[in-house]
Order: sequence, then C-alpha cells, then structure tokens
Amino acid sequence: RDFNERCAQCSEVNWGLTDGGRFYCRSCHNVTERTREVVNTDFITNSRVQTISKGSRKQEKNDGGSEWYVCEGFQLILKKQAEALEALGVCPHMKDEILCNFWRCYLQKSKQAYCNRPAGETVKALSVCESSTDVDSDPERPSLLHLLSVSESEGDLLTDCSFASSMSKVSESTSVYSGSVDGSLYLVKNQKEKLRMTMPMTLSFCYMALLWLREPITLSELLRFVVEGHIPYLNVFQHFPEKMKLCGLDLKIFCVESWPVYEEVFNKMHELAAFLELPRFPDITDSCFLHPDMLCMKYLMEANLPDELHDWTCRVVKKIGIGEVDFLTLTPGNKSTRKVKYDVLAAAVIVVVLKLLFLLDDHYEWLLSDSAEERNKKTTEGGPYFEFKKWYEVVKHSLDVEQKKLDEERAKYLWRCEKPLFYSVKNKSKVLKRRQMVVNLQNQFGKLSDSVRRAEKPNPSSFQLNWSAENTDGSCFHGHSLKGVLQEKCGLLTAMNPDYWLCTVKLCNEKLCGHLAHYREVDFPQTYHFVLRLFSFLLRIQPSYIHDEVCMIEHKLFNKKLYKKLKYNTVLRR
Amino acid sequence: SSHEHKLNFKKSKEVCLSYIQDAMLQKQWQRAADFLTSYVESLEKDYSREHIGPSEMIWRIGSEILWHHSHSSMKEFNYFIEQMKTLGVKRYLKVCLEHVFHLLCNGQIDEAYQNLSLAESWRFGEQTAIQDKEMKLIQAYRGLLDYYSWSKQKNILLEHGKCVDGFADLSVEQEMHSSFRKAAVNLKEIIKIPGVWDLFVKCYVDLLEFYGDHNEARQVLNEYAYNSKFPANPNAHVYLYQFLKRQGESKKSLISALKILHDIVPSHELMIDFNTMLQKSKKRRKRRLGLEVIFAALDYAGWKENVKAWSCLAKQVKQIVISEKHLDWIKQEWNSRKDWWPAFHFSRYLAKRNWQENKSLSYEKALVAGILLGKDCKYFKYVSHQGCKAQVKRFRMLKKFVNRHSPVYLRISG
Repeated sequence: RDFNERCAQCSEVNWGLTDGGRFYCRSCHNVTERTREVVNTDFITNSRVQTISKGSRKQEKNDGGSEWYVCEGFQLILKKQAEALEALGVCPHMKDEILCNFWRCYLQKSKQAYCNRPAGETVKALSVCESSTDVDSDPERPSLLHLLSVSESEGDLLTDCSFASSMSKVSESTSVYSGSVDGSLYLVKNQKEKLRMTMPMTLSFCYMALLWLREPITLSELLRFVVEGHIPYLNVFQHFPEKMKLCGLDLKIFCVESWPVYEEVFNKMHELAAFLELPRFPDITDSCFLHPDMLCMKYLMEANLPDELHDWTCRVVKKIGIGEVDFLTLTPGNKSTRKVKYDVLAAAVIVVVLKLLFLLDDHYEWLLSDSAEERNKKTTEGGPYFEFKKWYEVVKHSLDVEQKKLDEERAKYLWRCEKPLFYSVKNKSKVLKRRQMVVNLQNQFGKLSDSVRRAEKPNPSSFQLNWSAENTDGSCFHGHSLKGVLQEKCGLLTAMNPDYWLCTVKLCNEKLCGHLAHYREVDFPQTYHFVLRLFSFLLRIQPSYIHDEVCMIEHKLFNKKLYKKLKYNTVLRR
Repeated sequence: SSHEHKLNFKKSKEVCLSYIQDAMLQKQWQRAADFLTSYVESLEKDYSREHIGPSEMIWRIGSEILWHHSHSSMKEFNYFIEQMKTLGVKRYLKVCLEHVFHLLCNGQIDEAYQNLSLAESWRFGEQTAIQDKEMKLIQAYRGLLDYYSWSKQKNILLEHGKCVDGFADLSVEQEMHSSFRKAAVNLKEIIKIPGVWDLFVKCYVDLLEFYGDHNEARQVLNEYAYNSKFPANPNAHVYLYQFLKRQGESKKSLISALKILHDIVPSHELMIDFNTMLQKSKKRRKRRLGLEVIFAALDYAGWKENVKAWSCLAKQVKQIVISEKHLDWIKQEWNSRKDWWPAFHFSRYLAKRNWQENKSLSYEKALVAGILLGKDCKYFKYVSHQGCKAQVKRFRMLKKFVNRHSPVYLRISG
C-alpha cells in the first residue's frame, strides 16, 4: 500500500509483503531488501501492498494516521454522547460509571478487548482478505465482494466510487480498504454470535444507561434530541482525532444516512441487556419519572388536557396493574414479560381514558361538548367545563402549525458535514470537488432564500407544546373541569358515557407479525385518529405503535368481559 | 407525508424536491431557493441509476430561480451556469446552449456569441460524437448571430450609401462579406437535418437573395416545403410562395405553392390572395377551387369580420349567379354549411352589429346571405332595409339584384 517504486526486475508496481516484513514483487517474485519502516507512506492507489497488523499498535505512520480499531471509534462516540447527555442534565456518573461499565462488559463478552485474543486470529483474517487466491477456498466466509457491491438502502458512497466497480473479480485483489485496522473484518463477522456494534446501537447503550439510572428522559425524547442535534449521532465521526483516518469500509460502519427508529433502538437495547447478562434493573416505582402516573401527567399537560384526567389515568393504571414495580422494571433475558415502552404506554393510557369519557366515535364527544358549551354560556362559576370542541380546535391548530414546521425542517435537513468522506484516495479529489461545489451553491442560494438559517440549534426542551394558564384567550385547558362528562353514582364519580368500543376484538400474535393490531386510518373514527396523531407527533412515532398499546391496555381492562362476550359485537356496556 | 417517521437521506431529499417544485409553481422564488440550499447536498451522493439525476435537477431548478428571483443578477446567473458546466460532461453542450439563450434574452449578444464560439471548440473524447446534435445547434445559432451581424453591417452600408469615407465603408463591407460566409456555412448545415428551422431558413434565403444566388434559394425552399422527411410546416409553403412572388413567377407556380397551404391550414391569411388568383383563372377547375377556398376560410371564427374575405366570396357568388353557370358549385359548398352558417354568420344580432360597426362588411355579407338564404332571410332583410332607409345607393342596388335573382335561392336550397 505504501510502496510505489518500480520493481528492478520487471518494472511493475505490484508489491506484497513477506513474513519477514520485506517487500517482494508479485509479478516476478523478486524480493527486495526494503522493509516497511523505510518506505514512503503516501497512499498510492495502484500499489497493492496490504499491511498486516501484528496485533500491536503502530504509532505515527508518515501520513499522520495511526492504527485504530473499530471499537475504539465506537467508544469515542459513546463518550461524546454521554457528555452531551450530561450537558442536558443527566447525572455525571452515567458516563464514567454506568455507560463505561456497560461498554467494557460488551467488549469483553464480544471478545474485542479485555480478553485473551490470539493476535493470530486477526492476522489470518486479513491475509485472507488480501490474498488473491485464498478467498474462494474458504467457503464459510461471506464474500467481501458481495459486501461491497450491495448497498443496503441507498445507492451510496460505495457505488459512487470507481473502486467498487473495479472489484469485478476478487482475484484482482485490490486491497480491501479501510482506515481502521479491522474495518473489513467487522462487517464480515458473523453478526448473530457477537451482537455486532452499529450506530443505532450506540443509542441503545445510552438508553440502557439512562434506564438503569432511571433518568427522566424517555426513549422518544432521546431520539428527538438526536434528530434535533443535541446528541451527537449523524456526523459524529468528524470529532474523531486527526490520527484516526476514516475511509473505505469504515464509512459503511460509521456513516448514517437515516434516522434511528424507535423500534430498532428499543429492541436492540433489550438484546444487549440480555447479551451482557445484566441483572434486574433498578426498580421503577411510582415516584420515578418513567412510571405511567408521572408520564401521564406530563403528557396531559402537553396535550392541553384537563388536570382532572390524571385521576382517571391513575385509576386505569391501577386497575390493569401496569403501575406495578415488577411490570415496569426490566429484567433482561426474561422472555415472558412484555417489554415496556414507557412513553408509548403512558400515551396509550390517556387515549383509553379519553375513549372512556368521551367515547370518541365522531358523535358522542361533540354532543357532550355542546352541552358543556351551553352550560359555559350560562355560567362559569366554579370554573369552565371542559369543551371537547374548543380543545380540538385549539390543539388541532397548534398541531398543524408544528407539524408543518417539522415537515419543512425535515425536508431542509442537512446531512453532510464539513469533514468530507471518501471511500479511497482515488475518489478523494472528486469528493472534495463536489463538496466545494455544494458549498458554493449553498452560499449562492442561501443568500437568495427567505429564511435565516439558524446557526445555533434551538434549545432542547422537554415540552414541545406549551400552554399557559395566563393566556386570556382561554386556550389553556388544564384547569377546566370534567363535571360536564361525569356523574355521581353510589358516591363514586363515573363517566356519563355508558359505552365503549374496542379497537380490536382479537389481538394479533406479536411474535408472528410484529404487531398486536394493524392500524388503518380509514377504519377508525376521525377523532380517534386525531388523538393518535397528536401523540404520534409528540413522541415522533407512527400512530400504529400507540394503537398497539391501546389495544393491549383495552384487552387487559376488559379481560373478563371479553372472555364472556367474545361472540358478540364490539360495543360493550360497563 | 407528515406521518413518515422513518426518514433517510434519499427520502428527505425527495421530499425537499417536492417542496421546491411547489414553491416554483407558486412563483415563491425565495422559498424555492431556501429548499434548494438543502437539496444541493444530493450532489454528494451517487444517483447514477436514476433517470434524471440531481445535477440535472439542480441545473434546471437553479436556472429558473436565478432567472426570476428579484435579487439575482446576470452575474450571479453566469457564475452559476459556469459551475453547472463542470458538473455533467454529458450535458455540457446543452447547458452551454441554454446559457446562450438566456444571454440573448438579456440582450447580451456579444457574450452569447463568445459562448457559442467557445462551445464550438469543445472536444471531449467520445462525448463529442454523442453530443453531435447539440453541436450542430450551437453552430447553427452562431450562424444566426453571424447573420445578425451581417444584417447590421449591411444596414450601415445602405445608410451611408453615398458616403465620402470610402475606407470605413470598405472595412465594413469586408466584415459584412465575412459574416455572410460564416453565417451561410452554418445555416446551410442545420437546414439539411429534418426539422423545423423557420428562422434559419428565412435568414439563409435572405442572404442568398442578397448575393443573387436565386437558384440555391429556390432549391432550399423547395426542400424545406416538399421533402417528406421534414415535418409538415405551413410556414415552409408561405416562405416558398413569398419567394416565388418576389421572383415574379407565374401564377401557375404561385398557385401550386399555395395549394398545400390550403390543405394544411385552410384559415391561413394567404387564402385571400389564393382565392383572388384562382378566381381570375381561365381554368374551370381553378375557379372551382377558388370557391372552395373562400368558403373554407370563412368557416373559421377569425374570419367572421374580414371584409376582404366576404367581398371575395360575394364577388364570386355574384359572378356565378349572373352567368347562371355553375350554380351547382354553390349548391355543393352550401350543402355542408346550410345547417350552421345561418346562425354563425347571418343571425339578426350580427346583422345589427355589422350594420352598426362596419357598413361595408354588412353589404358584402348581405349579398351572400341574400343569395344563399333568399331575400326573406333575417340578415338580408335587416341590412337592406337599413341601407335603403339610409338611402345609400349600393344597398338599393343590392336589393334590386337579390330580388331579381331570388329564384336562385330556391335552386340552391332545393
């Protein structure tokens, strides 16, 4: 890789390394006296020398780079993420004690460090990569060619590079290129065994640590902070030190071109917890932020719903036992308990409560609202009654505005950063030229655009929608009373609404199709869809996830009735 | 969509693009520029599998925005286009050509010429052969600009017709001839290729005529009009006709030049000339055709108030009626029109309006109406009554004429 002199015998530039560390010409097998240390280490693409790692780090190659392993990269990323979380207010020992220990445990269990690993293993792997004839003889190893030519989702940097196109025959043996020592190996390794580290998994680590510490950040909030840029994720590699050169297959590992998905991060976290053989996590009690009672309060505020609804959410939580410590606390490896999505669960509870009180069948809730309006016109003594219609109008308006803003922000999102990425030296100049052109164009059109691009990210906030009771226009509903929809029966306050409709009569088998139910907007009342949409926006997840949880809660709530009345239609009377 | 939560680079750029397109359709140039600033990142990704790649998108969108945006200048535009030229070698000549068009629209003829010359000298391996068509267009437009220079120089010379300063004239004259040569070469080339080259043909013929090469001009025009490889083009026939007329050709060749034009565009303005020539012809067939031509022209709404056209028809109809020969011609033409011409041309409302606005028009139309629809038809009755009331002589003559020949109507309509 580093040697570009012509062979004295055949004038080719086609070098390999002998075991003794000397260069030999592959064309004519002429062995030179030159050894690696002496050689000029400029990257020249037509030379085909591949350096072999001898298991120990070689510092300070002449191009300013040194050897580094992929897991070092991830370690750096986790460190940066933890620091960012600390800046957001997470307690400081998350980084040094919790996350760090999780990481070390992971490295140990996946045999990347802190264990006895034969250096020979690495050597063998790499020599397989480089040698021209050996690859085909080892049928178990997935083909590197396959790796390079298949781009996962988007046609990306790999196909862009002429490098990939020249990999038509592995026997050409262009070197499998990566800035890190084990980049190529990393992607080839059997994923199932060792739970290979990926960028989304860094967030799983973070979330796991946060959960362990019972910090008041839900997974949906964490992911939102990531998208808003408060937690390094997208182009975090630009914070790698100069010595850690990123190129080739490293790009496939460290560059993300899609936002992390809730389900993916969530599931990986549980896999990870089991893999690390962690014990039962610290208890989630009713004084924890993640407890449904607490989260419901937060979401009720954000959704601009009356505080009085909180009693009802607590009642539902208690009735179906989802406030129990054992239900909420994570025990890794326990396959029988359902994994708890705290945020989605709380939102679903609120939806169920709204259904209980307002039915949400596109009819009854408006009737109730009309009578509340009548009453409010006559008197507001003792505080106004909650009018569903007014609430709907106010919240819908804000939601539409915010959703529109969000959609536009997503469309305007800038994915690239100043540090350019190139697959190999061969396309470095092309990449740099393109980058320069992009910057020029951005300058030119940026001047003509109407919005001032915020140089600073907006301050991270836990609440996305804010409603203040000080607003005199009556747009804050926190203090409104539910008396209009309640009645007293036998000394107890119950809902005036006698009916309830189930989202689904039969739950799907989650293990088979991944969901408890299948949500289609057209099948359900519009008000119900609106409520789902509201929480979908707040949590940045698909409405169907919330719908799933609603189904689950309903089935727990109406368990007995369902057993008895499964044959009959879905409208139940309580 | 607002519910798309799984967002990746490609999807987000697609969405970005649709925002740009919306903004452009609503002429919100600032907003379009804003989104374009994000979209340009697509250049850093490979889209070689897509039909239209981001670089082409950016070129087209960026051009539109810079052209229309109030804060943009020609300088900005030029800077942008120069960058676009480096972006896609497969599109290089196209970008150059469109740039030239923009410069011409902005009145920068010299810059346009420079760009064309520069583009002409471009070579890039096999791309040069692949982009052959664009190259020909570039040469053609340069030829056009050469023609333009020639024209200017010619006008200078004509103005200074009897000027004292012989030297100045001489250099202008030399330049003029040089422009001619350059223009002729390129214009000749482009019109060989089947296509619609109206402007180039006109200019080339103009040059040829000036230098007296009428044969070549005739050949060019014939090719342009009659070569079946070329798309049907009414203008080709018009140019040929005008040339033949200038050359003082016989009526016969003029008529044959206009025949096809009548077939393609029966409502063409030259149909009046055509009819006039045909009416005067000694050949019966030609006169018959003349009648057909004028009726066909008046089928079109644009001719409704054309006095000349009506007078042509009136003249021919009158002539036929007086001679009492070939009434069947009128019958044939009227057959397919008798159901709708009355409402179309001869309603009472039109009678009033025509009388108010244009007496001559109403006179000609009344004559035709009187013959075709009889003296009792609304139009004729109204106009002749008005005309006689106003004591205008010709209307009285008209009335007499129609009354005298009223049996004709019966024979036509029967």
